[in-house]
Amino acid sequence: MPDLGKYAEAVLSAYAVSIVLLVALVVLSWRRAVRVRREMDALERKVKGDG
Amino acid sequence: MSSIWEYANPKKFIDTTDRILPWISVLAVVCLVVGLVWGFFFTPDDFRQGSTVKIIYLHVPSALMAINAWLMMLVTSIIWIVRRHHVSALAARAAAPVGVVMTLIALATGAIWGQPMWGTWWAWDPRLTSFLILFLFYLGYIALWEAIENDDTAADLTSILCLVGSVFALLSRYAVNFWNQGLHQGASLSLDKEENVHDVFYYPLLVSIAGFVLLFIALVFLRTQTEIRARRMRALMARERMG
Repeated sequence: MPDLGKYAEAVLSAYAVSIVLLVALVVLSWRRAVRVRREMDALERKVKGDG
Repeated sequence: MSSIWEYANPKKFIDTTDRILPWISVLAVVCLVVGLVWGFFFTPDDFRQGSTVKIIYLHVPSALMAINAWLMMLVTSIIWIVRRHHVSALAARAAAPVGVVMTLIALATGAIWGQPMWGTWWAWDPRLTSFLILFLFYLGYIALWEAIENDDTAADLTSILCLVGSVFALLSRYAVNFWNQGLHQGASLSLDKEENVHDVFYYPLLVSIAGFVLLFIALVFLRTQTEIRARRMRALMARERMG
């Protein structure tokens, strides 16, 4: 760990905030993609079954 | 030779992006990890700003992407208005939440950096203010998409909003040059080597920027695929309802 001196709090909080926001964006995008894909596949199977 | 407009076909877009998405995602993670670890652990403190200079590896790439995400939305919105390709409207919609997070990171890291350097979290400085307005435009753009049920009407109105907001996206980039006042410094990156940050900060910054750009592309591809599927699902359900 580098010696961040008197600015340690500022530097670490900038990294923490950014990483949390980026990870949240990736996780939410991924989860929605998986859910929509699953729902879409189920709906297409149902439509083909009906038709 | 194939035309770029082939990718306006939703199936072609999904097939192509499905193939390249894993590669871009891996490359994005590698560049982000290398850029941030290099910048955080293996660069010296600045003689004036001390260790706060390490915030540059987050602040500059996120600010760059905040502006460029809006410009990408501008291009795809114009394509929608002119050529009525649904994929381009959905790509703009997909990019907005990524852009808003980039703007939020730029604003938050800027405030955290500004406090020890300027003695204040916030100032009504031209660049900071235009960035805040850009952030509000992003929120308005997302809200407008959510508020309108008809996809084509939503795409029309959000495209107009995007055109208007582009003024503030450009203003965010050039505010420092337009008004030679305020707390914010000039651009950290320039084609003129003399104006650039020192090489010891410059190279890890470039890798970090590459990581942010690739992450943006990967997320836009993934989210556009999702928007295409969600739109198709709405169409199928509407057809089912009609019998």
